[in-house]
Amino acid sequence: MMMEAPAREPVNFAGLLKDAVFAAAIAFGLFSLMLGLKTDQTLNNQMVLVPRPGLLATVVGLVFIGRFLIGYWQAINAGKIKKRKAAATPLALKIEKYGTAAFVGFLFVYPMMVLGTAGPSGAIKWIDNLGIQILIYIMLGWGLNIVVGLAGLLDLGYVAFYAVGAYSYALLATSEPVKEFMAGAVGPTFWPLWAFWICLPVAGILAAFWGVLLGFPVLRLRGDYLAIVTLAFGEIIRLVLINWVEFSGGYAGISSIPRPSFFGVPFNATESGFAATFGLEFTPIYRTIFLFYVILILALITALVSTRLRRLPVGRAWEALREDEIACRSLGINTVNTKLTAFAIGAMFGGFAGAFFAARQGFISPESFVFLESAQILAIVVLGGMGSLLGVVIASILLVGGVELLRELDFLKAYFGDNFDPAQYRMLIFGACMVLMMLWKPRGLISVREPSVFLKEKKAVSSDLVKEGHG
Amino acid sequence: MEVFVQQLINGVTLGAVYGLIAIGYTMVFGIIGMVNFAHGDVFMISAFVALICFMAVTALAGMTGGAVFLALLVALIVSMIVTSLFSWTIERVAYRKLRGSFRLAPLISAIGMSILLMNFVQVAQGARNKPIPPIMRDTISLFEKDGFVVAISYKQILIILVTAVLLGIFWYVVQKTPLGRAQRACEQDQKMAALLGINVDRTIAVTFIMGAALAAVAGTMFLTYYGVVVFSDGFVPGVKAFTAAVLGGIGSLPGAVLGGMLIGLIETFWSAYFSIDYKDVAAFSILAIVLIFMPQGLLGKPEVEKV
Repeated sequence: MMMEAPAREPVNFAGLLKDAVFAAAIAFGLFSLMLGLKTDQTLNNQMVLVPRPGLLATVVGLVFIGRFLIGYWQAINAGKIKKRKAAATPLALKIEKYGTAAFVGFLFVYPMMVLGTAGPSGAIKWIDNLGIQILIYIMLGWGLNIVVGLAGLLDLGYVAFYAVGAYSYALLATSEPVKEFMAGAVGPTFWPLWAFWICLPVAGILAAFWGVLLGFPVLRLRGDYLAIVTLAFGEIIRLVLINWVEFSGGYAGISSIPRPSFFGVPFNATESGFAATFGLEFTPIYRTIFLFYVILILALITALVSTRLRRLPVGRAWEALREDEIACRSLGINTVNTKLTAFAIGAMFGGFAGAFFAARQGFISPESFVFLESAQILAIVVLGGMGSLLGVVIASILLVGGVELLRELDFLKAYFGDNFDPAQYRMLIFGACMVLMMLWKPRGLISVREPSVFLKEKKAVSSDLVKEGHG
Repeated sequence: MEVFVQQLINGVTLGAVYGLIAIGYTMVFGIIGMVNFAHGDVFMISAFVALICFMAVTALAGMTGGAVFLALLVALIVSMIVTSLFSWTIERVAYRKLRGSFRLAPLISAIGMSILLMNFVQVAQGARNKPIPPIMRDTISLFEKDGFVVAISYKQILIILVTAVLLGIFWYVVQKTPLGRAQRACEQDQKMAALLGINVDRTIAVTFIMGAALAAVAGTMFLTYYGVVVFSDGFVPGVKAFTAAVLGGIGSLPGAVLGGMLIGLIETFWSAYFSIDYKDVAAFSILAIVLIFMPQGLLGKPEVEKV
């Protein structure tokens, strides 16, 4: 078939206008009740409707303009034939390799940089709210990536393992019998100082155990069914934590969880504290920086383990399982063990992250382990490009970091009035971003994968060729 | 015995609401094979639309018996229209482009849509509970024994009647009209249906609209029954309705209604005889147990795995 470059057609403005009017009419239909009238309660608890015609007109106007501009943009680009990008270049792999190294290097100097520019009091916010928060999600994303990205098991209840880790640490560290036993065995100061370091592996092991326990019944399920059952398990664990008050404290949660020490040296203002031991002036920033490095190391261990596992027989079995379960079984791969190891190892890293979360917050409650968290972690894995470690990092920075930065937009109050609270729109924007990013790049930001087995030459594989897209 | 009959009535009412939502899940899953995660939030939006309509009409016409009835009718119809529009827009904007793409993409898009809708309502209407004045509180006593009165309220009669009538209409549309035939054809094979001249895009859009209209009925009934709605009300009924769809056999319409009834009954009986705290745990456990031991559900066809 001959493809002639078509002459650019003139933009059909009447058609564009018609589309825009149609979109505006739909928007009016959608929002006339939901935005145009606000339900409010008066002082004596009477429900009243407050009309907001200005807001409605603004939104409908914005939809009109937006639709018109999108249509115009599409019209002027319609004649151009899109060059199909060579799906996977070695360059992309190189960028991933060196980009990752550079990024890890940057992370190690990040707290110092922030400390240098913002000073000890200003730096806490940047290291804690931004740095530690993003790193927790990166670690969770990498952990879930083992289950979803490598083994192809869609898990919507990952937050359950995060909760198991957090509650394991919190319950062990605050339990009186354990404290008394430890005080009797190794002295009274030992347990509060070392609780985190002893409970961290325990939390991981318990989470892995729960991974196997919850993984076992769902071995036969695939795809969306698996997703829904894991969602149900996640909700069951959360509901039990809420309702079993004697065990977990219910809604009130667990408070005054001991903070991690610098391998036995506490972060406080006393003589034996961290600052005094190292001859520094006491500020709370040291603990924050230490926590930053702890989660950084934990996350890097997760990444290292998952890249190494990919090259081991079990990792190859995971990827084979993702591609074709029947072929796997006929080649003699034990699918039961393969799936269970994926669940267990993924859950273990979730448990580590959970224990760290409990130690960082000092307080946990079931509110932190809602389904939204699972959705957020899964979104990070899928948006990053399943199986790509760097993709998870980029997606976490965009989604978690970008949304955290909305808290910084207080200056907008000058334009929109004092009632304007940008943080209120956090999750609204988060949801919109999820939809838009899927529409823009359904396969995620980095949709190239590095083969772990190759013949003669290492060629990158576009994820378009990977099975889970068709499953 | 008296408690049992009373709980049976309550359970059937609740089950009707779940069944109506479940149809939306089961139809969409049947036709394009995706879990429309935002369906629960569409249900929540319909309850809000009904609330606003109800308040607007009663503000104009007062709270007399006739006016309340009129307000409910207007709320039901407007809610069905507006909710259908929402569902149509969601399909057009967030799902259509992803059809036939990577399997997880529509699911993530739907989860994003669910978060977006929930927070849109929170921002637009506020985070507080939105109550309506109590309506139709009268009950009919069926029988009485040892001082325990078994009663059915007008609300419950209304809900069960409206559900039954709408299910009848819906059943007729799917089984006897060209539209329903087109839907069933798309369910079996979209490419072949398109070759035979069926507009697949439009049929799928209509499926979303029908699901949303039934969810709007459920939303209006939910508002009438409980008298209160809040922005986060979409998630739990949504998951339970999905459970109902799976329990009945996903893709099967009578299955969705049967599943809804079962979930409603199990939930009310669990609350009445065991513990109200764990009623959601019971519903989620049933979902897990059904999927593990009977993945095709009660009335579904078993899925054959082909190489």
